[in-house]
Amino acid sequence: MANVSIRKVVKAYEGDVQAVKGIDLEIEDHEFVVLVGPSGCGKSTTLRMIAGLEEITAGEVWIGGDVVNDVPPRDRDIAMVFQNYALYPHMSVFDNMAFGLKLRKFPKEEIRRRVDEAATMLDIHMLLDRKPKALSGGQRQRVAMGRAIVRNPKVFLFDEPLSNLDAKLRVQMRTEIKKVHQLVPTTTVYVTHDQVEAMTLADRVVVMNHGVIEQVGAPQELYHNPLTRFVAGFIGSPAMNFLPVQVIDDGGLKVQLANGAKMAIPPQRVDRYGPHKGKKMTLGIRPEHMTETHDQEKPGVQLLDALVDVVEPMGMETLVHHFINGVAVCSRVDPNTHCRPGETLPLAIDMNNMHMIDDQTNRVV
Amino acid sequence: MSSVVSSTGATAGGAQPRKKYGSLEQQHRTTMRYSYAALSFFVVVFLIPPFYMIMTSLKSSAEISAQQGNPWIVRSPTLENYAHLLSDASFQRYFLNSTWVTALVVIISMTIAILAAFSLSRMGFKGSQVISTGVFLTYLVPPSLLFIPLFQIVGTLGLINNTWVLVLLFPTLAVPFCTWIMIGYFSSIPKELDEAALIDGANYPQILIKIFIPVAFPGIIAATIFAFTVAWGAFLYPLAYLYSADQATLTVGIVRELIRGDVFAWGMIMAACAIAAAPPIIIYTFLMDYYVAGLTSGATKG
Amino acid sequence: MADGSTMVVGSGDAMSPAPRKVGSLKQLSRRRSTAALLLCLPLILLIVGLKIYPTFYAIFLSMLDRKMNNFVGLDNFAFLLTRPSFHLVIFQSCLFAITAVILKAFLGFILAHLMHNIRGKNQRVWRGLLLVPWVIPLSLSTLTWWWLFDPSYSALNWTLEYFGLDAIPFLGTRWNARISVIMVNVWFGAPFFMIMYLAALKSVSEQLYEAAAIDGANAWQKLIYITLPMMRNIILITVLYSLIVTFADFDIVRILTNGGPQDSTHLFATYAFTVGIQSGNIPRGASVSLFMFPILATLAFFVLRDVLKRNKEVAS
Repeated sequence: MANVSIRKVVKAYEGDVQAVKGIDLEIEDHEFVVLVGPSGCGKSTTLRMIAGLEEITAGEVWIGGDVVNDVPPRDRDIAMVFQNYALYPHMSVFDNMAFGLKLRKFPKEEIRRRVDEAATMLDIHMLLDRKPKALSGGQRQRVAMGRAIVRNPKVFLFDEPLSNLDAKLRVQMRTEIKKVHQLVPTTTVYVTHDQVEAMTLADRVVVMNHGVIEQVGAPQELYHNPLTRFVAGFIGSPAMNFLPVQVIDDGGLKVQLANGAKMAIPPQRVDRYGPHKGKKMTLGIRPEHMTETHDQEKPGVQLLDALVDVVEPMGMETLVHHFINGVAVCSRVDPNTHCRPGETLPLAIDMNNMHMIDDQTNRVV
Repeated sequence: MSSVVSSTGATAGGAQPRKKYGSLEQQHRTTMRYSYAALSFFVVVFLIPPFYMIMTSLKSSAEISAQQGNPWIVRSPTLENYAHLLSDASFQRYFLNSTWVTALVVIISMTIAILAAFSLSRMGFKGSQVISTGVFLTYLVPPSLLFIPLFQIVGTLGLINNTWVLVLLFPTLAVPFCTWIMIGYFSSIPKELDEAALIDGANYPQILIKIFIPVAFPGIIAATIFAFTVAWGAFLYPLAYLYSADQATLTVGIVRELIRGDVFAWGMIMAACAIAAAPPIIIYTFLMDYYVAGLTSGATKG
Repeated sequence: MADGSTMVVGSGDAMSPAPRKVGSLKQLSRRRSTAALLLCLPLILLIVGLKIYPTFYAIFLSMLDRKMNNFVGLDNFAFLLTRPSFHLVIFQSCLFAITAVILKAFLGFILAHLMHNIRGKNQRVWRGLLLVPWVIPLSLSTLTWWWLFDPSYSALNWTLEYFGLDAIPFLGTRWNARISVIMVNVWFGAPFFMIMYLAALKSVSEQLYEAAAIDGANAWQKLIYITLPMMRNIILITVLYSLIVTFADFDIVRILTNGGPQDSTHLFATYAFTVGIQSGNIPRGASVSLFMFPILATLAFFVLRDVLKRNKEVAS
């Protein structure tokens, strides 16, 4: 059993600065969990506490059924892939991968077998004799993964492993990592600031902010049902649009924008938002749900005119940036849609995917 | 299947955080304790000579010869040694000689080194690599090999027993390493800086003066300190080529003139040493970081 | 300008510069090369005139007789090799250099590690204190050591007797003198090694140690598998450099023992001084100095090879 348990874990530095403010998390065996959040949210600190590289101020970390708070990293049966790869520059790729096994006095044949296996899986077999400085970034990252794989640990820890790679390579390596996890389904805790990585790799995503966990859930869950303003704005690219509105009853439950425009709330949501009649709240709509108008719109879609500010053709779609009542808003339209800066573009807002955020609690209603 | 887990942060009030001083923390503390203990021991050992130098310098001849009790402390401190030295014409001469020689040597050495370093690191021309490696190599030719042939050469030049000979010779001690330091610092200035300056209309002398020297200023200080240290403390060359008291520098003057096999003059000798060691120590106290930077630039900048 | 008119640009710049001719680029680069060479000239003159030329001159001198009239070939060298006192010089120089450098490297390494454990501003203070031996001019600190070793007044002996031990004649017997000379050199030189090794230690990324910790290394294994290999270059260079400098040392022996007792602490440098300048036999003094040359050249060769290798690595 290689599950990871984090119970009320706190990390505080001198001067009572708390990087991690008491978090709880249960990670199942074989699960691929991604800790995601902006810089300084505490995700790396949490990972390092699991690894044993940071002292745990309070709380407990369990790995595979044992408390590991006082256990040094080498005895936790974990492996880690660092952002800067941390390959031993004076050793060959083979020796880098074999190092951990050599220290634990594995027999030579066993070491060779494991390294060969991992090298084949990662397609770095021809690099075994080279030194790290003769490798490209992607190759180094694979060696770092190989080093982790041969150890056959209970948990894999990844600390922003793709941050140092260029965009194209990042996409490639993402797929590699997912493939490896399919072949070697070790429990994995993966830290990144890139929410796209989080969404594509994770079984479950843990969104962190300022040392606390905002939400935990499967990627789709976080996308469709964010629980806090932060999660709503963090997940999804381009980010969700936030518009200040007021809930009114005008022949049906509606939201009214500052400029007076009204949009009806779809029937299935009326019960949810009814109690907030008269309240000033924030409306959240993703850019993909603000599109060009069609001849026939499905039920729940409302029309809104918006002044075009900047147009960004992306090839398969066009991002259009507007200002609605002084709030910057982004919509995704069909690339053939005609729009120019300064013109008014009619938008179809799919209110079926609307989110309402309470301004006092910052929670999604 | 999402779990709504968002804790409300601070541990204030509720559950008491179990402060775990686990094995990591304890290990760290013990290491620190041992480190401090060991370092203290070495500091004491390293500082015994300077400490004793000062102590002795404050003793009168009577106290030294009497040998009563603990020699590590001064019973009746006196400044008579210092007074005597500072009013002694010969000693003043030594100090003066050391000062002006060192000053000139530093200026000459730094000029040669900066010009050469600028040329070698920036205006790459054929053979520049050979010259820089060659310069580094000749640094390894020690004065103790050169002083004999130089004796002949110096004699031919008529500079035996003339303090000016040091101004000629000391640069050879300082220039190679100073050049090496400056090359390191100049090389680390990004080429884009020169290119921007060239586009702005500067010529090479202006680039050197307005850009390189200011940006590499730490290196210049480090190299200057090195040149100063070498010139101030040099012993072999002055010993070999200077004979009369009025030509001698501090190091030679103290060793040769003050030591007359007379035990009781140790107080004065130590006082002289303290005065002579003061300038490097003072510079070191204020500019220690540059001292270290100068040394390690060889290591880290290759 | 395209239409043929010239534009007046700002103050001082009356006319736009004449269009560059292709040929002048070459002129420009040649002018730069000459300028560059000129800047290097003082350095080259200094080195050639006061280091390279004297070296060859020394070779020439060593092959003359005492009066420097006749050419005697390698007689001086042959003569030296017959003298037992010179055998001692060879032995002592090697012993001195090797022992002192090993001790300095070892001590410097330990000190660097101890210093490295202390983070933050405190490190500066300790480093400052420990560098002092290196800052004081060697001849002056050697004088102090002489005073500390004085047969009648030694404060060290007083301390030994205070604890009930026997006084040691530090400079009185042959081996004591040798050990004392080595100790003074170690005292003086260890800070240099400490500083260099500390810089090297700092340059090793902390993440490597973390990766090793996760791989299962304990402190000792981290030292052997990570620290030492990463520091290999700097250790090599400092040891080689120190060997050269220690081998050619003059100040300490001259002041402390002047070669005695009974020539047991003479090094090449001090022996050359005694023979060449004090006794006035310049050619023979030159031969003594030149004996150092093969060893220095070999060491310099290794240093050169390492430096060139690193230059290539940096360039690649």
